[in-house]
Amino acid sequence: MSAATRLRAAGAASSTDEVVAGRRRRNRHRAIVTVAIAGAVLLVFAVTLMVGQTWYSPDQVVRVLLGERVPGASFTVGELRLPRAVLGVLAGFAFGIAGVTFQTILRNPLASPDIIGISAGASAFAVLGIVLLSLSGAAVSAIALGGAVLTAAAIYLLANRRGFAGTRLILIGIGVAAVLQSVISYALSKAAEWDLQTAMQWISGSLNGATWGQILPLALATAVLVPVLLAHGRRLGVLQLGDDAAAALGVRVRTTRIVAILAAVALLAFATAASGPIAFVAFMSGPIVARLAGPGGSLLLPAGLFGALLVLVADLVGQFAFDSRYPVGVITGVLGAPYLVLLLIRANRSGGSL
Amino acid sequence: MTESRRLAASAVTLGYGDRLVVDALDLDVAPGRITAIVGANGCGKSTLLKALARLIAPRAGEILLDGKALAKQPSREIARVLGLLPQSPIAPEGIAVADLVGRGRHPHQRLLARWSRHDTEAVAAALEATGIADLADRAVDELSGGQRQRVWIAMALAQETDILLLDEPTTFLDVAHQIEVLDLLTDLNRERGTTIVMVLHDLNLAARYADELVAVRDGRVHAKGAPAEVISPELVEAVFGLASLVIEDPVSGSPLVLPNGRHHVR
Repeated sequence: MSAATRLRAAGAASSTDEVVAGRRRRNRHRAIVTVAIAGAVLLVFAVTLMVGQTWYSPDQVVRVLLGERVPGASFTVGELRLPRAVLGVLAGFAFGIAGVTFQTILRNPLASPDIIGISAGASAFAVLGIVLLSLSGAAVSAIALGGAVLTAAAIYLLANRRGFAGTRLILIGIGVAAVLQSVISYALSKAAEWDLQTAMQWISGSLNGATWGQILPLALATAVLVPVLLAHGRRLGVLQLGDDAAAALGVRVRTTRIVAILAAVALLAFATAASGPIAFVAFMSGPIVARLAGPGGSLLLPAGLFGALLVLVADLVGQFAFDSRYPVGVITGVLGAPYLVLLLIRANRSGGSL
Repeated sequence: MTESRRLAASAVTLGYGDRLVVDALDLDVAPGRITAIVGANGCGKSTLLKALARLIAPRAGEILLDGKALAKQPSREIARVLGLLPQSPIAPEGIAVADLVGRGRHPHQRLLARWSRHDTEAVAAALEATGIADLADRAVDELSGGQRQRVWIAMALAQETDILLLDEPTTFLDVAHQIEVLDLLTDLNRERGTTIVMVLHDLNLAARYADELVAVRDGRVHAKGAPAEVISPELVEAVFGLASLVIEDPVSGSPLVLPNGRHHVR
């Protein structure tokens, strides 16, 4: 071995160690952030079960969860607070993971399904189904799914003139969202009895009156679709490098994109059918988690967890922080709107290419 | 490295919409050598490279890898043999150099398999070979254009393919960085025996760095061979529609094309 090769081998070995160290550091950071968010979800979940008009101790809550009969608590915690908290977690997770899937594939934080009208599509069809066709239960989920898929297809076809991603898709999506909002308003105005709670749910999302019957379709969809999305995490990471680079790395670009988008749209539709389109959760989770977890890894799981956290916290705030109670979507809407304005200002400053 | 893999185009016809760009073109890529594809704008050279990389499907004919049609092989398996540096890849915001280079390992990884020791070694070797080992933890978007191009080449190296295709790897680089990139590719070819096929705009750099020059005109191979044998005023006239003088490059001994414009000519 010549001196030069030896030197080189030593150099290569040390740089291998550095690569390992850097990678491990970034992975550990991402893991810590993910675990911390998951811990926060558990904590807020527990708090949601304990607080309310009546305070129940952790001991009483645990006994209810284990199936014991506790006078008072069994009804309040078991029948009211538990479904509410479970719906919050599932819907928040669905919005978070679906949002970051869209943002990753379309390479734009504005391209989240609640901004480009997909949530509004699910919501509009659900309301039409309830008001005009008197649907309920799983049928509402089904028609919401149909609405979300149709909306996504319409936006795709309208935007797919020259190339797929881009500002055009977002602008068309915002237009489609506006149309669908008016459809929701129209349908609500046709409702037989004017129910403010219901109206609020379909406009901005709410966990009020959550029932197990509402949760079941969403829970099943989560069990099927979340693994599908998580299995695509690494491929989505490669897709971020551009279609040509991804294809050269052996990713089937079109299949990956269609499967991931469809899974995200379906998950979003089931969540919307259960809780209404909780404002801006899909939009905010991904970018916030990207900042916390750092770049380079898949954001799907942490974004889902963050969505769940956001919904639980916002619901607590909406219920107890003010004199009157507000649905969760009003609180997330107040949080999300300034962020949207900020993004638009920043996009404009950088020359309009979003 | 074992016997080099063979890439060839057999009577391929390529086009976009109803426009034909490449018409029944045959090309055998010389294994273990550096091939430069040159030609005027719109002659089909980039389209040809895209087809070789299976990014566009031929209308007729086939791209063959070791004699077997690319279309009939699984994409992931092709990606272990055939790498591509596209013209404008996108670096995700804030991504670290080592992580971006690590994406080059994708075709070697299974769905649930952990990142292996060999993956890390391939990334480290790619960083080392491109001279960016000290940038491993830096964010790609903080780097200069020349450094960034090295990162992308490092990603393609980490893919550990026998054949590497590059679509204008020197665009947007200043002259020093252009030479640097081409020297790097030459090292790679000589040390690892990697077959390199690149589209180059600069005829003189192509003449200097390529073992084999492929001049494309109107979607066909107009001339092919060692630069010294192929490049002549007639070829430049036919392929670029430009009058020129061809002399011997005093630095490299390869042909040097001196264009005859309308102005500043003695």
